[in-house]
Amino acid sequence: MARIGVFICHCGENIGATVDCFSVAAEAAKLPGVVYSVDYKYMCSDPGQSKIKDAIHEHKLTGVVVSACSPRMHEPTFRKACAEAGLNPYRCEMANIREHCSWVHEKGEATTKKAFDLVRTLVEKVKNNHSLEPIKVPVNKTAIVIGGGVAGIQASLDIANGGHKVILVEREPSIGGHMSQLSETFPTLDCSQCILTPRMVEIAQHPNITLYTYSELESMDGFIGNFNVRIRRKAKSIDEKLCTGCGLCCTKCPTKKIPSEFEQGLANRTAIYVPFPQAVPNKPVIDRTNCRYFQTGKCKVCQKFCPTGAIRFEQEDEIIEVKAGAIVLATGFEVKDAGFFPEYGYGKYKDVITGLQFERLASASGPTQGEIRRPSDGKIPEKVVFIACAGSRDPAKGISYCSKICCMYTAKHAMLYKHKVHEGTPYVFYMDIRAAGKNYDEFTRRAIEEDGAKYIRGRVSNLYEKDRKLIVRGADTLLGGKPVEIEADMVVLATAAVSCKDSESLAQKLHVSYDSYHFFAEAHPKLKPVETNTAGIFLAGACQAPKDIPESVAAASGAAAKVIGLFSNNELTREPVVAKINQTPPPVFSTCMGCELCMQICPYQAIDKEEIKNRNGEVIKTIAKINPGLCQGCGTCVAFCKSKSIDLEGYSNKQIYAEVMAVIND
Amino acid sequence: MTNEFEPKIVAFVCNWCTYAGADLTGTSRIKYSPNVKIIRFPCTGRIDFMLLLKAFSNGADGVIVSGCHPNDCHYTSGNFHARRRWITFRVLLDFMGIDINRIVFAWVSAAEGAKWAEVVNSTVNKIKELGPYENYREIINEVWEEEKWEI
Repeated sequence: MARIGVFICHCGENIGATVDCFSVAAEAAKLPGVVYSVDYKYMCSDPGQSKIKDAIHEHKLTGVVVSACSPRMHEPTFRKACAEAGLNPYRCEMANIREHCSWVHEKGEATTKKAFDLVRTLVEKVKNNHSLEPIKVPVNKTAIVIGGGVAGIQASLDIANGGHKVILVEREPSIGGHMSQLSETFPTLDCSQCILTPRMVEIAQHPNITLYTYSELESMDGFIGNFNVRIRRKAKSIDEKLCTGCGLCCTKCPTKKIPSEFEQGLANRTAIYVPFPQAVPNKPVIDRTNCRYFQTGKCKVCQKFCPTGAIRFEQEDEIIEVKAGAIVLATGFEVKDAGFFPEYGYGKYKDVITGLQFERLASASGPTQGEIRRPSDGKIPEKVVFIACAGSRDPAKGISYCSKICCMYTAKHAMLYKHKVHEGTPYVFYMDIRAAGKNYDEFTRRAIEEDGAKYIRGRVSNLYEKDRKLIVRGADTLLGGKPVEIEADMVVLATAAVSCKDSESLAQKLHVSYDSYHFFAEAHPKLKPVETNTAGIFLAGACQAPKDIPESVAAASGAAAKVIGLFSNNELTREPVVAKINQTPPPVFSTCMGCELCMQICPYQAIDKEEIKNRNGEVIKTIAKINPGLCQGCGTCVAFCKSKSIDLEGYSNKQIYAEVMAVIND
Repeated sequence: MTNEFEPKIVAFVCNWCTYAGADLTGTSRIKYSPNVKIIRFPCTGRIDFMLLLKAFSNGADGVIVSGCHPNDCHYTSGNFHARRRWITFRVLLDFMGIDINRIVFAWVSAAEGAKWAEVVNSTVNKIKELGPYENYREIINEVWEEEKWEI
C-alpha cells in the first residue's frame, strides 16, 4: 500500500500569495494513499528539506510529492534529500505549482483548484513509481581522434597529456592538415609551420599517442565508454620499421609529374612521395594509382635503390580493431575547387588561383620559395585582385553561410603580397568585412591603411583574359554602383570553406547528425558546442562549421576537456530513465513479437535483436533488446510498439495513465 | 459568471521545449487562463495518442500536444514521429466522428514563453466556442460502459 507524503511550498510569496497553500495541503491529506501532507514557507531550504527527511522516517513514506517550483529547477535537490533519508530518489516527483500556476494565474479559487489538481495528478503518478538504480557502464579510457589537422593535434595532445591513451587517425600520409599548408597566420603574421611542426613532432614522440596515418575509419559500433572501431590502414607499400626516411626513393622515382596535393597543384611530386619536408611521419608512401609498377607491372626503381630494402609492393590494406571510450571528430574542411566558379574563369585561366594556392605561393617552402610569381609565366604580378566571398553567402551557389575565415586571410594575402612586392597594388572586392575577433579589425585596417590594399565594396561581374592580363570588371557599390575595371596580373579567389566530401558517410558510420551542408551538428548550439547528439562523440575544429585556427584549437581543447572529464570515472552513471522490453524470467515470457519497428525508429541505435532459446539451445523467437548504455530515454519506441512490449522507466504507461486519469476529476 | 462554461484542457508536452517554454511563461509572469493542466513527457515521441482519447473520456474538453520545433528535438527525431503519428491518427479520429478541432498540435520552444500563453488562451477560447464535449462522453459511456480499458 502506497504511503505518500505531500509537501506544499509557499516559496515565500511566490506561491503563497496566489495559491491557498494551506487548503491545498488539507485537501491533499484526504487523497487516498496520502498519509502526510504539510505546507511550509520554503521547502528547498535546509529546514524544509529536513521536514521531508523526517516525514520519510516518521511516516515510512513510499513516495514523495513536492509541490513547488519547476522540476527542471529543484528536482535534483529534493531527490537528493529523499535519497539521504533512505528513500529511492526516483520515488520523488514534483508538482509545478509556481511556473505553471501561481505565476501565470490571478489569485483566486480557480488557481488554488488548479494547484490541487496538479498535486493530485502527481500523487497518482508517484503511486506507480518504483525504485530505480542509476545505470553504470564501464569506461574504456582510450580516445580516438579522427583527423590530424591542428584541431586533431590539439585534442590528441591535451588528452594524452591528461594521462590517457589516444589513437590519432589521419587519412593523408602526414598529419598537419590545412594549417601546414599556410604561409603565415593572421592576425600576427607568424609563420604557420613554425608553430605547428613542433606540435606534430610532439604527437609522433608522445608515449600516450598511437598515430595511424594513411588510415581511415572503416566502421564503428558500441556506445559511450565502449566503442569498437575498425580502422583501415591503407597499404603504404613500405615497411615503416625498416624505412629511415632518407628520401632516396623519391629522387629516383621516374614518375615525376603528378600534381602535388600539398602544393595545391602548383608543383609536382613523384609516385613514391613524402607530402612535404616536415611531414610526420617523415616516411614515403607509394601512390598506387600513379605508380608505374602498379599500373604497368614494370619499374621497381625505388626498390632497387632503397638502402634498407623497405619497399613492399605486395603489402595490403590492413583492418585493425580498437576499443575506445570516446571519439573526437576533427576532420576539418575543404575549399571549393575548380569548376565551381566558371564566371571567374577558375580552371580556365592559369592566373586565377584559390586562396590556398596563394598560401603556397607566399610560403617560403612553397614552389616559388616564397616569391609571388604568377603560375602562367612566372612573372611577378603588379596588380593582384582578391575576390572575397567566392561562393560563400551565395544561395545561388548553394552556400548561404559565411565561410568566416576569408575576410581575414584575404587581408593577410593583400599584406603578404604588399610586403613581398612593394610596388604592387592589391585590390580586394568584398561584400562586407567581417573581422570580429581579437585584433582582427585592427589587422584589416592595417591592410587598408598601412599597406594600401584597395578595398572595393562590390561584386565582380565579369573576368576575362586580354593581352596576358586579366580584366576584372565590377561595380563599386559605395560610389553608387560606379563600374570598376582593373587590369590584373593575377586573381585570387577566397573560395568557400565546405565540409569534406565524405563527411556525410562518416557521420552515418558514427550516427552523428549533420546539417544541410554536411557539417557535423553539435548537440546544442550554445550549451553543448563540442558534443554531438551521440554520447561520447565530440567535435573539434572546422568539421562543425568554418573556423579559424584559434577557434579550432579552443574547440579541440574543449572536446579534450570533455573526454578527460568522461575518463575521470571508472564507470559512467546515467539516469535510469531508459526503455525496457517486458521480459519476465525465465526470459521466454515477453510479448515482443520481434517486428523490429522500434529498431528502425530509435534515434540512438540502442535497440538490438536478442534470440530467445529453449533449454536445448534452439532459437524460439527473436525479440528486441534495449542497450541501457545507449538509450537516452525519449520513449519514441514505447509509443511506437504495436504490442505494448516496451515501457519507459520514469514515464511508464502506468504512470502516465494514472496522470491522465487524475488530471481531470470533478 | 459562475455559470459560464470553463473548459477542461489537458496539455501533453515534452520536457525539453514546451515544458521549459511554459516555465519561461511563468518566469516572465505572462498570465494565461488556468483551464490548462500540463502533463510532462520526455518527448512528444513518447505520447501515445490513445491517451488523448482517454483524456476526453475522462472529462477533458480539449487537448494540446506540444513539443520542440522540427529539427530541434532533444532526441533528434521524436517530434517528427509525433507529427507523423498525429497526421495518420487524425484521419482515423475524424473518420470515427471525433471532433479533431478539440486537439491542438503546436510547436513551442523553450524560448517561447509568450507563445505558450498564446497557444493556451487561443485554445481555451476555441474550446469555449465549441462548448463542453458531452457528445464524446455519451458515445464512450454507451460503448465502453462495461469494459475497462487496459493499457
